[in-house]
Amino acid sequence: MPDLHLLAAEGDGGLPRIPLGDWIDTGFDWLKDNFDPVFDAVSTVTEGAVDGLTDVLLVLPPVLFAALLAVLGLLARSVVFAVGSLAGLLLVQSMQLWEPAMETLALLLFATVVSVAIAIPLGIAAAKNDRVSALVRPVLDFMQTMPAFVYLVPAVTFFGIGLVPGVVTTIIFALPPGVRLTELGIRQVDGETVEAGHAFGSTPGQILRGIELPLARSTIMAGINQVIMLGLSMAVIAGLIGAGGLGGVVVTSISRLDVGLGFEAGLAVVILAIFLDRLTSSFGDRTRSGGLRSLMRRRRSPADTDADVEAASSRRLPVV
Amino acid sequence: MPAVQVDGLFKVFGRHPEQAVARLREGASAAELRAEGSTAAVIDASFSAEPGEIFVVMGLSGSGKSTLIRMLNGLLPPTAGSVRIGDTDLTDLDPDGLRRLRQGHISMVFQHFALLPHRSVAENAAYALEVRGVDRRTRLAAAREALALVGLEGWVDHRPHELSGGMQQRVGLARALAAETDVLLMDEAFSALDPLIRREMQDQLLELQRRFGKTIVFITHDLNEAMRIGDRIAVMRDGRIVRTGTPGEILTDPGDEYVARFLADVDRARVFTASDVMTPLPVGATPAAATVAARTPLTELVNHVARSEEPLLVEDADGRVLGIVTRTAVLTALGGGAQDRSDDSAHLLEALDA
Repeated sequence: MPDLHLLAAEGDGGLPRIPLGDWIDTGFDWLKDNFDPVFDAVSTVTEGAVDGLTDVLLVLPPVLFAALLAVLGLLARSVVFAVGSLAGLLLVQSMQLWEPAMETLALLLFATVVSVAIAIPLGIAAAKNDRVSALVRPVLDFMQTMPAFVYLVPAVTFFGIGLVPGVVTTIIFALPPGVRLTELGIRQVDGETVEAGHAFGSTPGQILRGIELPLARSTIMAGINQVIMLGLSMAVIAGLIGAGGLGGVVVTSISRLDVGLGFEAGLAVVILAIFLDRLTSSFGDRTRSGGLRSLMRRRRSPADTDADVEAASSRRLPVV
Repeated sequence: MPAVQVDGLFKVFGRHPEQAVARLREGASAAELRAEGSTAAVIDASFSAEPGEIFVVMGLSGSGKSTLIRMLNGLLPPTAGSVRIGDTDLTDLDPDGLRRLRQGHISMVFQHFALLPHRSVAENAAYALEVRGVDRRTRLAAAREALALVGLEGWVDHRPHELSGGMQQRVGLARALAAETDVLLMDEAFSALDPLIRREMQDQLLELQRRFGKTIVFITHDLNEAMRIGDRIAVMRDGRIVRTGTPGEILTDPGDEYVARFLADVDRARVFTASDVMTPLPVGATPAAATVAARTPLTELVNHVARSEEPLLVEDADGRVLGIVTRTAVLTALGGGAQDRSDDSAHLLEALDA
């Protein structure tokens, strides 16, 4: 059989084959040889954290924990959402997928925390500095458009098969929207309002904490929501490299051609995804009505409610 | 000592701003510089505002007035020239010194209010004090006081979005008042409001000014507004200040055709005062029965002269007689013509016929 490389080169009019893949290989080998202790440390920390988190999530009996999550949904959103969540989560338990679901959730939570911890400061830096922005943007483009499966290979070479490469690929895959939306949110803050901060003598730190971050809040929360959603999809793909959880169940179903099991695992992922999406998106919009949280906030200050009524009747009328 | 003094101030955006300033000083025009890739926003501006004065900078959009006001508190660093607030030269200050100056001496009201939507009205009004590190109780008390001054007592716990535009700008004004600075910058502060509310806000500003006597630098594109509230007015065009004077001075002598064209829309009856239309008391004349203050606007003089043919005596604040106002003088000024008024009559004639 003729050499494929040579054939391709001839077909392209004699352009030399650039061995980009070889260089990448060499680069990764060099990293592996020289930074092995670092990777080991990352490995240990990640594994400890995710395993610990999984244990915590599994401390309570599934039914009780599902009820607790439903109450969280009630506080954040509405009765309908709480009832729906409870039904969905109980379905996961009855499909006997509770343990893998919690493993996936633990992986996802850890990856999200790390992603957000990287994404928000990076997004702020990009919003403040055009050079950082110009540098970060192509890297994010690369991270987002590179097929997700390609991340699995180097992650395995560094961390071996198992949970850790799954976490690492999830972080890399989920990071970009967090950075982008943080940058966008801060850049969108009204210039005059930031100017007002300067005009009254605020320090850049006071302006960031008191004006920019609060006004960018809903956009940043939308970014975190996206981080979680992308993270969940990657956490399932990571099942291919032995990250366990629902992804592991999906991989098993593929290898056994077990349609029923695959569907069940997929449904559990969907339930988890919808729950997390609705829950986190409700944090982005503090002013939305409904939900026990806003109801309680109103109860706490009766004077405020009175004023609301007054405002409703006399709104938009100038006080002379 | 002036409260705000500006000398030879330049602001050039684009490449090589210092060279552009040198070229402007040699007499290059803004248009020439634009061809070379730099934009001259403010060119050689000089003025001073005395303590207790409302100094209005009037100009159309693109005339550089917003850039000018932003150099007064260092939001934009000047390319050349100096700005003095009291005895402090802004151009000498490091970022920290600049922040202290803004905290203690100079506050600002913005065109689109620039309130923080996630905070209550009271917390917004307390912002300047919060930045200064005043404790919560004290600053909220001061904010309530300032809000009471602008008539918003009942709205302290509301969010800004629950308020109308005029009310939001009152919050902006209260925020600046609570800072208790001696200099107040107002950037098109009433331009986003509808005419009725705008008028109300102008009256309120004048009333507050009578009480507190701050030094106010007020930016506007509306000459009527400038004439109504300004003690003195600077007219800006293409980055340069082309005319400075009291409303009456500018109305009688616009200085150039550009300013004169603006004057067509001005309500003369509200700008001209008794001192603008009076004639010297004829020697040996018997004093007339009624007296008016020198700052009485023409609109009120009309009522007086309609009732009686006798001339009115014009007095200053100390009761000294400055001159007399006749029915003819009032009617002539109203009609936009000129009367026989010894030396400046020729001036007036020229200006008003133009």
